[in-house]
Amino acid sequence: MSDIAIKVENLSKLYRLGEVGTGTMSQDLNRWWASVRGKEDPFATVGETNDRTSKGNSDFVWSLKDINFEVKKGEVLGIIGRNGAGKSTLLKILSKITAPTTGKIKVNGRIASLLEVGTGFHPELTGRENIFLNGAILGMTKTEIRSKFDEIVDFSGVERYIDTPVKRYSSGMYVRLAFAVSAFLEPEVLIVDEVLAVGDAEFQKKCLGRMKDVSVNDGRTVLFVSHNMAAIQKLCTSGLFLQNGTVLANEGIDPIVDMYLANNFYNGNSVILEPKTGQSASIIKVEIIDEDGESVYEIAIGKKWIVKLTFQVDKVIKGMVSSIGIVSPADISICTSWQEPMDFVPGVYCSEFKQNDVQFAAGKYRVFVALSIGGTQNIQFLEDVASFNIIPVIKSADATVVSYDASTGIVLNQLQMVTYPVC
Amino acid sequence: MDTINVLEKQQPLQAENSPQDETWTEVIQPRTNLLDLGLADVWRYRDLVMLFVRRDFVSTYKQTVLGPIWFFIQPLLTTITYVIIFGNVAKLSTDGLPQAVFYMSGITIWNYFAQTLTNTSTVFRDNAAMFGKVYFPRLTMPLSIVISNLVRFAIQFGLFFAIWLYYLLKGNSGIHPNWLILLTPLLVVTMGLMSLGLGMIFSALTTKYRDLAMLLVFGVQLLMYATPVIYPLSSITGKYRWVILANPMTSIVETFRYAFLGSGSFSWTYLAYSLGFTVVILILGTIIFNRVQKSFTDTV
Repeated sequence: MSDIAIKVENLSKLYRLGEVGTGTMSQDLNRWWASVRGKEDPFATVGETNDRTSKGNSDFVWSLKDINFEVKKGEVLGIIGRNGAGKSTLLKILSKITAPTTGKIKVNGRIASLLEVGTGFHPELTGRENIFLNGAILGMTKTEIRSKFDEIVDFSGVERYIDTPVKRYSSGMYVRLAFAVSAFLEPEVLIVDEVLAVGDAEFQKKCLGRMKDVSVNDGRTVLFVSHNMAAIQKLCTSGLFLQNGTVLANEGIDPIVDMYLANNFYNGNSVILEPKTGQSASIIKVEIIDEDGESVYEIAIGKKWIVKLTFQVDKVIKGMVSSIGIVSPADISICTSWQEPMDFVPGVYCSEFKQNDVQFAAGKYRVFVALSIGGTQNIQFLEDVASFNIIPVIKSADATVVSYDASTGIVLNQLQMVTYPVC
Repeated sequence: MDTINVLEKQQPLQAENSPQDETWTEVIQPRTNLLDLGLADVWRYRDLVMLFVRRDFVSTYKQTVLGPIWFFIQPLLTTITYVIIFGNVAKLSTDGLPQAVFYMSGITIWNYFAQTLTNTSTVFRDNAAMFGKVYFPRLTMPLSIVISNLVRFAIQFGLFFAIWLYYLLKGNSGIHPNWLILLTPLLVVTMGLMSLGLGMIFSALTTKYRDLAMLLVFGVQLLMYATPVIYPLSSITGKYRWVILANPMTSIVETFRYAFLGSGSFSWTYLAYSLGFTVVILILGTIIFNRVQKSFTDTV
């Protein structure tokens, strides 16, 4: 019993959709009347699961529904799931910002949460004053902050500006100072929401290092939410996979990340289009698939991907070309590919564009597709019709995945290289 | 779907575990005991309260040339306005006292009450962004408002004191201070706690019904006219006198004025009424505030 830091039991959270303020008074009265008669909340029973893409009948949704899990002392738990899975709600309840609708969480030890860096920073105050204010907001006493003050300033690297109001800081300095304060918190349980996505690459590395320090060397319990699978794998020992407000899986971090990547939850990778009338041919579907023909959105670096283009031909066409182009996250066209001109008779056709040896760096790539005659006369041209996401994964066990760092350029392949003596 | 049923089925099981529950340092659950006010938590965060107070001051007067002198200017200008409008144009009675010192005694007291009340009443709305990101005992916020307004009051009181001393030493101005001056700290504390209690009740309600914030600004203005700030209580006779007497601020303003200026009336009964009112409102306010703070982020 004593080695458990957090125990979550049947936790649920109900949210009301629509605008708060319309009809809240009558609902409040209804609720109150129900509670007077000892009945359950009349609105809680009508709640639906939080599938935000389809419109439900009820104004109430369960953002979290019957969540159960335990976190052991010293465990570093990565919480993952797509947007809207309930990660932030869970963190908010854990950090006591909002109360659960039902269920409870039992905690051993003090919790500090970092849902945002620099909460409570006041632009008019100096860096020094803000360190004290922010530290106190996060739960440190004045004496604690004073004893760590030098370390904080040192970590942030803004010593020269420490007596300048933070409104004069560059946004980078601001964020560094803010993170520095939180980095020196010493609670038994630390809750971190994607705050690492701040600062430059060097500072991010420093932050990750500090997080690792907190969890490994100090043996603290950490709950970490991120979409950055590389960071999650580096830091966490176990994972919690949330989907639509329920726990899909809770086990070691590697299987969880695999599951997350394999789980096809994005629709941007498969686009179905209405056939155009009055055209000799039209594109009806654009898909990103993997080698097994499964639709994928997130592709680990090194995994093969295929852009599959389905089009419908209504009249006999001679010399038609289907082509695709790929645009990098930084908005640079990196390649175009086309199939040799062919003659088509009416029917439905597919073109597949397979990734070759070129490895793209992590990021979101957009796809445009076109049908044309001889590559010059356009029949149909669609920009940004689909997208896929290349994600960095650090993995040693799986030999099919090459280990690359995320920040080394657009193309990751090594050039051919020789080193030889010249004298 | 039937979460509630599931929960009910598991309750006996939880009951068996209950002895072990005591080993937890904290249990987060939908509702806590009404009287579990978390005051120990507030005490642990006392440094934060003082830092908030400091922040209020520093941020208000940074980049102003006159700085804290603005604390003097505001009541001074109000007093001058009152002397002109209520004293010379409307010719309201001041019980034969010098107008400046009469109005200032009322304004100094009233400003503290009104400022604290309006500031605390929007505490959730104003700090929603911060409250939505990090937990600290929410009570620290209204407490810091009460304290920072107390500092402001002290400065304004200093100004009043100077003017009062001037008239006292000048003599022949009808000012007769008495031993009730010793009650001043009690009056100030009562007033601070009363505005805190009322402010907390309003702050809890304004998270959902923002109309109340508008209403309150207007209400505080009206309440000033139902308090003997710009007129002496003695000038109110007739059947609506009870309205003025029912106002718990009346006896505080009257006592303060009676103690320093010797005019007006003093009654232990009315003062006790104000004290009782304050205690009830403060307890009620704290309970309501604590209830709302748990999930206000969903509705604010």
